[in-house]
Amino acid sequence: MSAATDASNLQDADLDTVLDRRSAWEKTKNLAKKQPLGAFGFAVVLLMVFMALFADVITSYDPEDISFGDMLVSPNFDFLLGTDQLGRDIFTRIVYGARTALLVGITASVVGAFIGLILGVASAYFGGTFDLLFQRFMDVFMAFPLIILALAIVSIFGGGVDKVILAITIPFIPRCARVVRSNALAIREIPYVDAARAMGFSHTRIIIRHMVPNVMAPFLIMITAFVGQAILTEASLSYLGMGVQEPTPAWGLMLQGGAEEYAESAPWVPIFPGVAITLAVFGFNLFGDAVRDTLDPRLRSQQ
Amino acid sequence: MYKYTIKRILLMIPTLAGAAVLIFALMRLIPGDICELRMAGEGAWVDPQAIKDCQNNLGLNDPFFVQFWDFVWGYVVFDLGPSMWTGKPITEEIALRFQLSMEIAIIATIVGVVIAIPLGTISAIKQNTWIDYVVRSFSIAGIAMPSFWLGIIIILGLLISTQHFFGEPWMPPIEYTPIWVDPAQNLLQLIWPAIATGYRYSAVATRMTRSALLEVLREDYIRTARAKGLIEKLIINRHALKNSMLPVVTIVGIEFAFLMGGLVVTEQVFNLNGLGKLFVESVLNHDFSLTQALVMLVALIFVVTNFIVDLIYAMLDPRIRYS
Repeated sequence: MSAATDASNLQDADLDTVLDRRSAWEKTKNLAKKQPLGAFGFAVVLLMVFMALFADVITSYDPEDISFGDMLVSPNFDFLLGTDQLGRDIFTRIVYGARTALLVGITASVVGAFIGLILGVASAYFGGTFDLLFQRFMDVFMAFPLIILALAIVSIFGGGVDKVILAITIPFIPRCARVVRSNALAIREIPYVDAARAMGFSHTRIIIRHMVPNVMAPFLIMITAFVGQAILTEASLSYLGMGVQEPTPAWGLMLQGGAEEYAESAPWVPIFPGVAITLAVFGFNLFGDAVRDTLDPRLRSQQ
Repeated sequence: MYKYTIKRILLMIPTLAGAAVLIFALMRLIPGDICELRMAGEGAWVDPQAIKDCQNNLGLNDPFFVQFWDFVWGYVVFDLGPSMWTGKPITEEIALRFQLSMEIAIIATIVGVVIAIPLGTISAIKQNTWIDYVVRSFSIAGIAMPSFWLGIIIILGLLISTQHFFGEPWMPPIEYTPIWVDPAQNLLQLIWPAIATGYRYSAVATRMTRSALLEVLREDYIRTARAKGLIEKLIINRHALKNSMLPVVTIVGIEFAFLMGGLVVTEQVFNLNGLGKLFVESVLNHDFSLTQALVMLVALIFVVTNFIVDLIYAMLDPRIRYS
């Protein structure tokens, strides 16, 4: 190999690091090497999505099938993780439970973050009295711990998957709006927003076309960071008997009632659903951390 | 500082007033008549006169502003009226359980902080080594693990280990023993729910300690301390740790307020008769007057805790001067 090609290779490599010209796959590989925890989190998220999508392929049992002949059977080859007090296969209910968890977690965070995004950007854009009043209004919502507000909302509308999603979405809106607003405040001061206004664009157009795309980083961070929390809240609500209702398979619900009662004689009943919740939230949090580290350069070196 | 304190106290008023309006409105959003729902349940027949009496007794036929005034004024004079379910005064119901919940919250805070500061420090000093990864996984797991599940596992562990070592399964007692009656018995009962809630607490505080310490360790004066040959232990203890405690104090304060939420589930697991359990029961029983009072109490604790945290913050850091 001649010295000339060596030099040009070196130059190319330098340029690559400067211009970040690597392929997507290489970037992913690099990211996984730099953030092993984030990669693990992503793997868990993928596993959950896979379980949710192909639940009926993964297991041949019906999650709602009650069989009194197979009550509290310990884990074996027929029932991988044993059965519960109604003879339902726990593995099957965990696999189908991923559907419920993902449905609630993702819907609540995406819808909540989206409404928070619009409100936060609008609040920053209009400023003045509107901003002040809006912020005080958000403060009021923030004065309640998430689960307390969610419980209060559930007490009005009752349980069930759709109500639980609503109860988790509402407390999330102000949390997202606040973060987005503080980011949008800085963007409002950048000249292109003035330029857009000078060109006579409408408020809606400036907000949606010029401001929203520039707060995408905190928006995505909020979504990924919240999915885990939403899954946890859903599990807590279901455990208290005020979330997802029987017979829908949900992890929190599986820990309710029988789980404690049979804890000693059938420890697989309380152990496995809890492991599923912990692993899912663990995965989403690690994934969220990695997303934040990648999208927010200011925090990158600290974490 | 003096001026700032007054200003903060005054700013708390609109937030609390807003919270009161929000709760009040939420409780009035409940579909159907409260008395009917309470007495008739799912379609049973009830004397219409009884329902009317019930409404009158609860003041539900009063205009909204009168009801709202009663609710807010009740908080000022510490008389929140009767519970719709038991008929006992709400103030009494709360007073009965306040001590238990507060005690768990305080023990959980101690457990959390005692775990968090050493772990966070080690993790920051050994950044990106296997120790760091283990501590970080431990703390992220703490945020991921539902406290009620940890509670169930603790009970299961206690049952199995006592069975193994003493030949007889033992579970933390359900009946509350006040601390002045028997401190040992009291601790033996409350330490378990405190650990179940405190793990999450420690996880959050560990992460905060770690990142705050990492930031401080990059400061110029740390480099100066190293340059003049100071031993690493002194640098960490004297120079770094002290200055990284500020954000940790904040997170400890904020989490203390959130503990109130965590207790809702933990008390259910350990079957303890605290505020959290009372709240769950009030929601399940459609006891709206009690739900309303309890949610407001949580908001009150939350807002006041935040205020205290801000004051401590200002006291700890002489550079912060609020105007």
